[in-house]
Amino acid sequence: MKGVIAGLEMREPSSLDEALSAMRNDPSLVPLAGCTDLYVALNFGTLESTRFLNLWSIDELRVIEKSNDALSIGALTTYKSIIQSKLVRKRLPMLISAAREIGGAQIHNRGTLGGNIANGSPAGDTLPVLAAADATVVMRSADAERRVPLTQFYTGYRKSVLRADELIVAVEIPSFSGKQWFRKVGTRAAQAISKVVMAAVRSPRPRIALGSVAPTVIRLPMTEGALEEGAPIQEAQRILMDEISPIDDMRSTEEYRRRVASNLLGRFWAETE
Amino acid sequence: MHASKIASPLAVGRNVPRKDSAEKVAGAAKYVDDLVFPGMLYGRTIRSTIPRGRIAATRLAFDQRGFVVADYRDIPGRNVVALIEDDQPFLAEREIRHTAEPILLLAHESRDLLLRAHVEIGYERENPVLDPESSPTAFKSLAIDKGEIEDGFSEADIIIEGEYRTGHQEHIYIETNGVIAVPQDGGITLLGSMQCPFYVHKALKSMLGWSDERIRVVQTETGGGFGGKEEYPSLIAGHAALLALKANRPVKIVYDRAEDMIATTKRHPAIVRHRTGVKRDGRLTAMDIDIVMDAGAYVTLSPVVLSRGAIHAAGPYRCDHVRVRGRAMMTNTPPNGAFRGFGAPQTQFAVEVHMERIAETLGIDPVKLRETNAFRPGDTTSTGQILGEDCSALDVLRRAVRRSGFRTRQRRYAGTNRGIGLALFYHGSGFTGGGEVRLASKASLGLTERGVQILVASTEIGQGTRTMHAQIVADALGVPFDDVYPVQPDTSNVPDSGPTVASRTCMVVGRILQQCAEEMKTRLGGMTPREFFAAHGPMIVTSEYEGPSGIKWDDSTYRGDAYSTYAWACDVAEVEINPDTFEVRPLKLTCVHDIGKAIHPVLVAGQIEGGTAQGIGYALIEQVVMREGSMANAQLTNYTIPTTLDTPPIDVVIVENPSRYGPHGAKGVGELPIDGPAPAIVNAVRSIGIDLREIPAVPEIVMKAIDLGKGKTDARHVPL
Ligand SMILES: Cc1cc2nc3c(=O)[nH]c(=O)nc-3n(C[C@H](O)[C@H](O)[C@H](O)COP(=O)(O)OP(=O)(O)OC[C@H]3O[C@@H](n4cnc5c(N)ncnc54)[C@H](O)[C@@H]3O)c2cc1C
Repeated sequence: MKGVIAGLEMREPSSLDEALSAMRNDPSLVPLAGCTDLYVALNFGTLESTRFLNLWSIDELRVIEKSNDALSIGALTTYKSIIQSKLVRKRLPMLISAAREIGGAQIHNRGTLGGNIANGSPAGDTLPVLAAADATVVMRSADAERRVPLTQFYTGYRKSVLRADELIVAVEIPSFSGKQWFRKVGTRAAQAISKVVMAAVRSPRPRIALGSVAPTVIRLPMTEGALEEGAPIQEAQRILMDEISPIDDMRSTEEYRRRVASNLLGRFWAETE
Repeated sequence: MHASKIASPLAVGRNVPRKDSAEKVAGAAKYVDDLVFPGMLYGRTIRSTIPRGRIAATRLAFDQRGFVVADYRDIPGRNVVALIEDDQPFLAEREIRHTAEPILLLAHESRDLLLRAHVEIGYERENPVLDPESSPTAFKSLAIDKGEIEDGFSEADIIIEGEYRTGHQEHIYIETNGVIAVPQDGGITLLGSMQCPFYVHKALKSMLGWSDERIRVVQTETGGGFGGKEEYPSLIAGHAALLALKANRPVKIVYDRAEDMIATTKRHPAIVRHRTGVKRDGRLTAMDIDIVMDAGAYVTLSPVVLSRGAIHAAGPYRCDHVRVRGRAMMTNTPPNGAFRGFGAPQTQFAVEVHMERIAETLGIDPVKLRETNAFRPGDTTSTGQILGEDCSALDVLRRAVRRSGFRTRQRRYAGTNRGIGLALFYHGSGFTGGGEVRLASKASLGLTERGVQILVASTEIGQGTRTMHAQIVADALGVPFDDVYPVQPDTSNVPDSGPTVASRTCMVVGRILQQCAEEMKTRLGGMTPREFFAAHGPMIVTSEYEGPSGIKWDDSTYRGDAYSTYAWACDVAEVEINPDTFEVRPLKLTCVHDIGKAIHPVLVAGQIEGGTAQGIGYALIEQVVMREGSMANAQLTNYTIPTTLDTPPIDVVIVENPSRYGPHGAKGVGELPIDGPAPAIVNAVRSIGIDLREIPAVPEIVMKAIDLGKGKTDARHVPL
């Protein structure tokens, strides 16, 4: 443990309004949900903030519901609740596939969807699902609420449009049809960070999203367009390889990521015929 | 009155309850980080951040109130970790040979203030040597010669060559390294997580320049070692002692996982080249083997690791002409050290993958090739040792082939993305060559009010030492298992029974204890221990290792009986390769291991399963990423070890072909299981048509091997 514990402060708001007004008054407050990302940073001594706002008891952020025709999932929803939700199973089964492969039982109980989005790792496993599902991120500050499509939420590596006085309150997923598909490729069979992760929907205009192959999660409009126009899968795979920008890092190589992303596209296409 | 002579059931061979299970299951067992002493400070190590150079300046950029600071000038005795060569300093003076080299020590009551303290170190940088093959410094070179290699090549029909590479491996014991130093009464006591209390004792004596009795080393409950707590604890104990003596207060140093991974030892990476002469029918005529091991920056145990690697390098095969050349090369990386297997996993990986390539080249079935060449009793090893009836190479091979349904599966998997492969291997029990005679280990038994006390320096590190020793003693004395109890290894209280390494704790120390028990039984003269105690009070019996007669070894020529016995095994691996991701998934491992005698079958199976799982990690997943001589992925997030989902069903078969020397015929079992999984798995991948010669075979490497295979016209069918 390299983090310094003494001098850390935590506020415990009991409602969303209380949390938001605390954040308006003090933008140095960092919200914490399941703490599964924050604690790792604290352990490594890389967490700069010392003042926290514990969201855990704000149950109004845990709701999974149909609102109009969209599926709305509260930001504090844990992976465990996602896996158990009949509504999610019906509308967005690929999110359940993703949730199952995130961490282990402990992370399922603590890790939240909002935390995965706000943390903004390009390897976040729910992000390709949300991108392929055309999800909208709902953010709220003490003054206003705004909605931004997930594909426009990130502005760069671990950067987003979220402001210091805002919380993510929910994601909304419009209804859509087509076979959903998810595949995670990690450094081992479980409890691993993704080297490549893909979510896709087989519909007249296929939707394809990839994680860990660019500074942020990405959709692949050119690949999708080619498939929509009936291009052979091999050609779509070539386009995909140009459309992504993976790198070498300590977990994998650029070449591997490109090849595997292309293979996953082929597998998706074959399995959803 | 003599007690009734109802014999208690024999303990050996039965799965008696572990001596330590209740405490461990209840969470009551105390590990070093659970211990707190009044007035205790926490210690922190300031380490180099460059791989090579000189220290130009150090500056303490923090408020020093309440801090104790120590550097090399505080060392009263010699600034070297006494082991094989006196080259590694406890604290760097001027020269830096690797990143994470200890330079300065800080202690403070508050962990937070300790963490915040900032020390600036200025360096004059030099170019590091990172490639062992271009290093100008060999820490050790050795040669093994049997027959005349050129004669062997002239008898050959074909000569087959190959190069094989193995990577670093990190121990990942659950408990990281940690020690507490407590100064008292002109002496010092060290409590810590360790395998070898007397190694720590020796190193501290030399560092402090003190006499034996002023230093006391106590092993606390230890959460795994795998070799990683063989030599390293001497260093951290030295650090804690320096701070404690300077502060005149107890000091605790416990590494967090990142520090443990970045600073402590790992398995030596190796490059092994084979050139082998064979007859068309598969008989080996000449084996020419060159081994390069990356030792890291200091000698530590590299000469002995290299030696064990070299002795096992020709595999369990008969061949009249063998030449082995080995070098342990210095590089500017943290020193590599002891790790379960101790050089043998590297060289046996190479020879077993090479054997597979010989089979492929000759078009001979891999089982047949091994049957032709496997050692039989009466054969001689590369060092000229004549094997006795305790050699089971052929037996374990045949059993593994039958048990796994090798041939049926071979046919069933042909042309699919599944494959099956095997590895035949062996492991010498105990110290190499004359090591055991030189050690002259001692063990004692004490007769007390409570029963019979085992006094040994052998440590329980999870593998079951306490239980297994008590079983041997109970049966030799004819007393119930429950009447025999272990004590905590404490250098002020137990004799030096040598280090807990080299698969020697049962075979060697267990045997000495058996002798003690036999002598005690004679002295009891028919009384029970309680009766004797009531009549005569306590008694202590001590016995010393006696080299088995007829065993000869010459260290200068590497000729003779390298080990008093060997354990033998054959692993069969079945794997599946994912055509999209190039991931190799093991489907099943069949492990047939001859370990002489299973004193406690469940513990033995545990060693085999655990070693096999660790071997799967070594083969497929565990990759130490080195950048500029430093581990870049020093965290469990990015250095991944197998989970249960990465570990397939393991079918363990224990074979008991007794050795003449171990208690009840026991041979060593601790290390054997790590030698086989990597070559078996890689050979299974080879059977799919992928020319793999390197581990860890992470998917990125498998992908490259497939690509290379596709470019070659003689490549076999690749169904991918
Ligand atoms: C052992 C382990 C395994 C893991 N495995 C995976 C995996 O397989 N795949 C994967 O994708 N991730 C994995 N993670 C990462 C992590 O669990 C997920 O990203 C999780 O979803 C984070 O949620 P949390 O609630 O714990 O976030 P926290 O740690 O509480 O917060 C993370 C960040 O989000 C911010 N935040 C949280 N909630 C909100 C909100 N409502 N509004 C605004 N900002 C917010 C916080 O300020 C912080 O910056 C793993 C982590 C661990 C420790």
